[in-house]
Amino acid sequence: MHLDHDHSHHGAVSADAHRPDGTRRALRIGLGGPVGSGKTATVAALCRQLRDTLSLAVVTNDIYTREDAEFLLREAVLPPERIRAVETGACPHTAIRDDISANLEAVEELEDAVGPLDLILVESGGDNLTATFSRGLVDAQVFVIDVAGGDDIPRKGGPGVTTADLLVVNKTDLAPHVGSDLDRMARDAAAQRGDLPVAFTSLRSAAGVGPVADWVRARLAEWTAVPAPAPAG
Amino acid sequence: MSRSALLVLADGRFPAGGHAHSGGAEAAVKAGRLTDAAGLEAFCRGRLHTVGLTAAGLAAGAAAGLDPHELDAVADAQNPSPALRAASRRLGRQLMRAARAAWPDPGLDALAAAFPRGAHQPVVLGTAARAAGLGPEDTAHCVAYETVGGPATAVVRLLGLDPYQATAVLARLAPEMDEVAARAATAARQGVDALPAASAPLLDITAEQHAAWPVRLFAS
Ligand SMILES: Nc1nc2c(ncn2[C@@H]2O[C@H](COP(=O)(O)OP(=O)(O)OP(=O)(O)O)[C@@H](O)[C@H]2O)c(=O)[nH]1
Ligand SMILES: [Mg+2]
Repeated sequence: MHLDHDHSHHGAVSADAHRPDGTRRALRIGLGGPVGSGKTATVAALCRQLRDTLSLAVVTNDIYTREDAEFLLREAVLPPERIRAVETGACPHTAIRDDISANLEAVEELEDAVGPLDLILVESGGDNLTATFSRGLVDAQVFVIDVAGGDDIPRKGGPGVTTADLLVVNKTDLAPHVGSDLDRMARDAAAQRGDLPVAFTSLRSAAGVGPVADWVRARLAEWTAVPAPAPAG
Repeated sequence: MSRSALLVLADGRFPAGGHAHSGGAEAAVKAGRLTDAAGLEAFCRGRLHTVGLTAAGLAAGAAAGLDPHELDAVADAQNPSPALRAASRRLGRQLMRAARAAWPDPGLDALAAAFPRGAHQPVVLGTAARAAGLGPEDTAHCVAYETVGGPATAVVRLLGLDPYQATAVLARLAPEMDEVAARAATAARQGVDALPAASAPLLDITAEQHAAWPVRLFAS
């Protein structure tokens, strides 16, 4: 994916696929989407599903500093040293797209402190339909919307809905209660996204995150299929 | 000397992490000391002539080729607040990342290797400016501008302040920014011992308090 062949300096300056010692860094997956759609719930469920087989860490980008990180800590989905909160100056989309320096610091510090890691999940604070992650920060991104936010969101499109590597439509359990038409959402999403995948989830049950976990495992298999370089001498 | 390189370095979009910091403005807003454009102007003026001048001197010194290790030690000594020292090193590290991508340079590489946890931000800024072909005077201008530009942007977000008024505040401060930059650059040419050491104790105190808030919008 993103390759920079010069590893002689301390610290990477971009989304270098390798750590300064030459080993492969963790796969980074971003999760964005509107406020309250279930990003943190998805991160928590993914951690519970994957933590026994993978070495994981999470970076949160909150609007009010530490809300999401504190939820994950309370739920004890990972040991505290594997969760970092990045402060975004009221502007998470800036921190995940326009100026990714604090997030790059956070992912590199996590790898230094608790690595080696297989996977780092980077959650953006709830923002708007145009908030997407820089390719300099993450290798793949998930956009999480929910059925209660209105079943016309897939039709409206926007960079998150149309370009995310995975679109998650969450809270399907609520669809009957809010009058959302899941078939219509699926049709509209397909029209906006072409071949890019869509997963419908309900996180009310423990297995609900399954399709997202499967997708993450597939990304990780691709990431590790590229042979790791020999550690630098 | 490249005037255009100065514009690139001083641009608020330069991805060096500054957008998450209010320069003490968030604490001042919360305390009710900063409520409008006049308050912003007074706050920025105070910052400019104290910590702004001091940081501009350090950065101009680095741009002039003074020893960055010595400058970094001076920055530590000038800065009594642990929270601000930590923020400065963190921002220095973030700036280093952007600077090395923008102006690859052995001086930056050496500084990064010597300070893996980050040198103080003004020291990195001066080294980056030197790598970009800028002299002490331009470098000091860059610091003077970011000293007031950061809080102005933050206050627009915090108070919903009219952005035209915020920009007018910056424009009114421009002659004073020039003055501060000239003083800093002149001092830097005379060596480390001549560098200005003006401080703002209230900024130090409120930075310590702010760092302990459970809920805040800005990192400092
Ligand atoms: N009914 C239902 N509620 C859900 C589901 N997933 C999440 N929630 C609830 O929706 C609310 C918001 O979930 P979060 O995971 O905090 O949403 P978020 O996207 O991280 O929100 P922000 O970070 O504030 O933008 C919480 O009360 C969750 O318990 C779901 O599948 N079904
Ligand atoms: Mg959340």
